[in-house]
Amino acid sequence: MLWGAVITLCDAAPPDNHSATAALTAAHVLQTVQVTGDAIAMPLATSSDPARGRELVMGRESNCMLCHAIPETGAQFMGNIGPTLSGVAQRLSAAQMRLRIVDQSRLNPATVMPAYYRTEGLSLVAPSFQGKPVLNAQQIEDVIAYLQTLK
Amino acid sequence: MSIGIWCAVTPWSSHSAESIPPIFSISPPASSTPLAPLGRSGITFASPDIRQLQADNFANPGMLWVTRGETIWRTPSGVKGQACASCHQDAQQSMQGVSARYPRLDTGRGTILNIEGQINRCRQEQQATTPWVYESADLLAMTAYLNYQSRGMPIAVTIDTDNRTQWERGKAIFHRRQGQMNLACVHCHEQLVGRKLLTDTLSEGHGNAYPIYRLEWQTVGSLQRRLRSCFNGVRAAIPDYGAEELLALELYLGWRSSGLTVEAPGVRR
Ligand code: HEC
Ligand code: HEC
Repeated sequence: MLWGAVITLCDAAPPDNHSATAALTAAHVLQTVQVTGDAIAMPLATSSDPARGRELVMGRESNCMLCHAIPETGAQFMGNIGPTLSGVAQRLSAAQMRLRIVDQSRLNPATVMPAYYRTEGLSLVAPSFQGKPVLNAQQIEDVIAYLQTLK
Repeated sequence: MSIGIWCAVTPWSSHSAESIPPIFSISPPASSTPLAPLGRSGITFASPDIRQLQADNFANPGMLWVTRGETIWRTPSGVKGQACASCHQDAQQSMQGVSARYPRLDTGRGTILNIEGQINRCRQEQQATTPWVYESADLLAMTAYLNYQSRGMPIAVTIDTDNRTQWERGKAIFHRRQGQMNLACVHCHEQLVGRKLLTDTLSEGHGNAYPIYRLEWQTVGSLQRRLRSCFNGVRAAIPDYGAEELLALELYLGWRSSGLTVEAPGVRR
């Protein structure tokens, strides 16, 4: 079942690298992630940038603030569908955050939080988003780096 | 590690103090005629200034469309030079309560007719002229005018053996996860009612006030426009205006809103 299972989110693929051309071609090919317990220990990218992560979390691409409040951001509008992400770094390790962002439904099949790094098991996806994860591997790591600052 | 994530419904400590309105739940379909549970109109989730705008006919911008609809009602159109009024006379009498029973099944063709579809049916078959396209000023005006004739009347969309298949279809659409965000109507409009989705307070998703003047649109829009924006919001493929899928959904919503009163023209932010 869940624990220790190796979850293949897509056929094995080389890790995303950061060059623009690779981003264009590799954007649709997801890395295989290994779920151990309630976490994904292995980062999806070799580097991460909390400042970019903050922008992503607050931006339209990820829509985190639709559902989560992060009072630290000073944002005017925040949702209250998910738990507040204030202090989330005290509750969750980076590895635990990774699984929750990659695919929360692995922990709670009834969840309303979208899987940010999964392309299969979805239906009727708009053509412009088909076969693409909400965030790419680098963006996932940037988001985690930012969330890790919320102590 | 966090335990909360294991529960499907987690009363997070930060929320438990809030009063979340009761979750609107759908009873399982009965063997014959399913009965719709009573719900809360979308306007009750709106801010006081929006509620005020909707309630005051002189301030409600949607009334401009109603007025325009009244003019069109009396204006001859098509080769036969017939107006709506030529057949139906005074709309205040002949059209009272009509919208409250829509959408309905066109038994002859086995398709669902919403009020827009009925208007266009009359244009084509009675007036022998061209149908209006969705979101055209004329179709919005006529829809607003007709729905306004039922204002304050309870919605009464019933399900019987004839329209049940379409109702089932609408129900299935309402409950299916879709789009890159992988969410169903039921998530936002039943499970999360009263919660904030960024700036919006999630309502039960009733169509009883449509067409609405939406401040964000700066104009009046149809129920299908609203539904299409919900599809868009979850990054799902958006059905075309008038698609069978949207009509089945409208039938399901109409049944689901039965008992609420017609509030057209509504106002939303
Ligand atoms: C449509 C709503 C929605 C969106 C959008 C959303 N989340 Fe969530 N999130 C939730 C819900 C609900 C939970 C509670 C867990 C569950 O559903 O089982 C949650 C849980 C979490 C958790 C675990 C928190 C804890 O204390 O255990 C993290 C971390 C998280 N979300 C981060 C994010 C990030 C980062 C984004 C954007 C990239 C995001 N979420 C977007 C609804 C959402
Ligand atoms: C991610 C959340 C979300 C999902 C999923 C969603 N909607 Fe909505 N919907 C909204 C928001 C936000 C509004 C505007 C606020 C409100 O009235 O609830 C809205 C408004 C509506 C309204 C207008 C209510 C009013 O009083 O003006 C209807 C009808 C509706 N939705 C139906 C649907 C249907 C049918 C589906 C599925 C095809 C759906 N929604 C899916 C978020 C959602």
